[in-house]
Amino acid sequence: MANSSFTRRGTGLLAAALLASSALVAPALAQTPPGVLVVGQIAEPQALDPHAVTAVNDFRILMNVYDGLVRYASGTLEVEPALAESWEISDDGTVYTFALREGVSFHDGSAFDADAVVWNFERMLNEDHPYHGTGPFPLSFFFSAVDSVVALDANTVQFTLNEPYAPFLSNMAYPTGLIVSPAAVMEHGDDFGRNPSGTGPFRFAEWRSNERVVVTRNEDYWDGVAGTEAVIFRPISDANTRVAEMLSGGIDMMVEVPPVALSQFQGDSYELVEQAGPHVWFLILNAKEGPFADQRVRQAANYAINKEALVNDVLEGTADIAAGPTPPAFAWAYNDALEPYPHDPERARELLAEADAEGASLTFYVTEGGSGMLDPIPMGTAIQADLAAVGFDVTIETYEWNTFLGRVNPGLEGKADMAQMAWMTNDPDTLPFLTLRTDAWPDAGGFNSGYYSNPDVDALLEAARVETDQETRARLYREMQEIVQDDAPWVFVANWKQNAVTSDAVENFQLEPSFFLLLKDVVKN
Amino acid sequence: MGGYILKRLLSAVPVLLGITVIVFLIMAMIPGDPATAILGSYATPENVERLNRHLGLDEPLWRQYFIWLGNLLQGDFGRSFALNRPVLDEILDRFSATLILAGTAFVLCSLLGILAGVVSAARQYGLADKAITFVVILGISVPSFFLGMMMILLFAVQLRWLPVSGMYSIWGGGDLPDLIRHLTMPAFALSVVATGVIARLSRGAMLEVLRQDFIRTARAKGVHERRVIWGHALRAAMVSIIPVLGIQAGFVLSGAVYIEMVFQWPGVGRMLVDAILKRDILLVQGGVVFVAACYVGFNIVVDVAQSWLDPRIRT
Repeated sequence: MANSSFTRRGTGLLAAALLASSALVAPALAQTPPGVLVVGQIAEPQALDPHAVTAVNDFRILMNVYDGLVRYASGTLEVEPALAESWEISDDGTVYTFALREGVSFHDGSAFDADAVVWNFERMLNEDHPYHGTGPFPLSFFFSAVDSVVALDANTVQFTLNEPYAPFLSNMAYPTGLIVSPAAVMEHGDDFGRNPSGTGPFRFAEWRSNERVVVTRNEDYWDGVAGTEAVIFRPISDANTRVAEMLSGGIDMMVEVPPVALSQFQGDSYELVEQAGPHVWFLILNAKEGPFADQRVRQAANYAINKEALVNDVLEGTADIAAGPTPPAFAWAYNDALEPYPHDPERARELLAEADAEGASLTFYVTEGGSGMLDPIPMGTAIQADLAAVGFDVTIETYEWNTFLGRVNPGLEGKADMAQMAWMTNDPDTLPFLTLRTDAWPDAGGFNSGYYSNPDVDALLEAARVETDQETRARLYREMQEIVQDDAPWVFVANWKQNAVTSDAVENFQLEPSFFLLLKDVVKN
Repeated sequence: MGGYILKRLLSAVPVLLGITVIVFLIMAMIPGDPATAILGSYATPENVERLNRHLGLDEPLWRQYFIWLGNLLQGDFGRSFALNRPVLDEILDRFSATLILAGTAFVLCSLLGILAGVVSAARQYGLADKAITFVVILGISVPSFFLGMMMILLFAVQLRWLPVSGMYSIWGGGDLPDLIRHLTMPAFALSVVATGVIARLSRGAMLEVLRQDFIRTARAKGVHERRVIWGHALRAAMVSIIPVLGIQAGFVLSGAVYIEMVFQWPGVGRMLVDAILKRDILLVQGGVVFVAACYVGFNIVVDVAQSWLDPRIRT
């Protein structure tokens, strides 16, 4: 029959097309080359200007391209020398004098000296600086205590603060304190963020939008040459796709492995690394109105929620149970004597009976996801069930992250009884200072969205902030943690352990408590 | 013909203006602002206000709109907050990637869909028709992002024939075969549903034409059956197939959003999703206006093509 010939021809055409395309795909794909480390990132960086960005994702690149005057010693959150070889602090805690390392150059060849340091902080803090317009610098308030920065000579720089501010050094070790090349900012202006130049172990080579950022080894690095020739950062925002890239050998390392995917990386071909960090996941309780105005009801919520099930079952072991407001990663300031509230529904019911709050109705704000929020929806429903088991009637309201912040940050009054929240900070001061003081209530410009207020806590936090003796400071924080745990303004839930997985070709990799990704010593075979 | 084209172009102006108003209002009304998104945990009212002032978001809404529109008409789309580069550069980079993906998928679904539809119609109720119908229904029913994930698991993770994601290899590559390797899975996944729809509608259009008198006449005159189908019938059926292609082109373009997420294709769909989550207002507005303009332009092309094929429409 005539019309059978065209279908046959059609099929033949199709087959030919398929054959042709399979010829292109025939060779199995190669692994990444030795000496080149490919890192799967969670998003495209915003910019590579350390003063202009706020995201941990961007910090992961920046910490390898720039140095600060100081840095966190490996494995800790304690400050050690970097571009500054040493420093002195005046007795009143307001003058910091840094002696700078000599003979260091930026990647663009210009010299690193005291003038460069002054220029960096002037650009960020002084609105009249000719290059202040290359901002905005959203985290410049980290240095709002800085009154003046002066170069005493080519290798000495002096910071004068308007009042003693204990977290100053720790903030200097944060990415906002990294030092950029003034010459490069002057050359590139607004585009400096895409043409970065620092003093770090890797120099910037290429940024192809949405494909990759490439950095190559700085052969003249002052602290020893890096273990790989180049690092390529690939933005892969979809977690499933990132896992598939890792499984197929398209990347050598990925961060923030979703808990459900962990089981795929068991075995010899992969190494799973984890590290607890300065993170705390908690529920803000509305202490101003409703059932949680009563301390006993707040404690009952802490007893009712099964945190062990949350960290082990919902989060698959990617977090530890939090005991109080300060994460254990701040080892020097952490109160080891604190025991987490045990899961004790019986005790919770007793407290509720005492407070005459049985069967209270609660509105619970849950977010769909956000920075440090882990797996908020499954966690929210598990918490709802635990609270229902002791007689609470909990209604969940779910919001997208930015909307959620827009509702929670102005305060929960008149809207909700509890809300999820998580913070990652670089100093034990930051979180309690911004979220637990009476002067940090939302109308005063802070984040105390649950209106917790205890004059003893206020006094301890104010004193710790201006105390320059670390031992004394630590004692103040430990005392604060005890009071806050007993007052229970929050339900203390979890401290996240950041994780990463590498292929067996990667050696010498470890995660830092700061959650920064330091790749200088990593070797890729 | 020229007058018709001019008329269609003029009618696009109010549509595009309306789109600028709608997208501007939506971005102004959704909760959450760029300063909060940028500052994250540190979004104190004081910091938010300072940043908003820096970004020019403290102006009254109507002023913001007219400043934006004025700049837009001069070709200045502004600067993205989140990416710190000119919006237009980003859109053009991203749009060319989307065009490669959606264009390939469109060619794929047009060819395969029409081929399948014509074969189906020519062999109505025959084995080929039944087999094609079965495959087509299956294709229409599977969500494209699910198909994409399954393809990644099989062809990239298990067999390692194709790369998981991206547009070019991360080292080496960068040439056409490299692009085709990266394009194969997403283009196929994106084209499946549209192929099914085109096949079904082409089949219907062909069946209708094949029943008409001029086909019987052609057959009676002894014209070869292949020529009757591909020459006479298909040409007539194209008048009803082309609008379907136009609609499917739009569908492929919008479907690219999911596929770009799954395959991390650096296209405009993924850009818009990221930009919305970051409240990158200018990038969202610029991106939507740009895509809408392309969509409107494509519709005009389809209408013109149709009126060229069928002069009765040109009134």
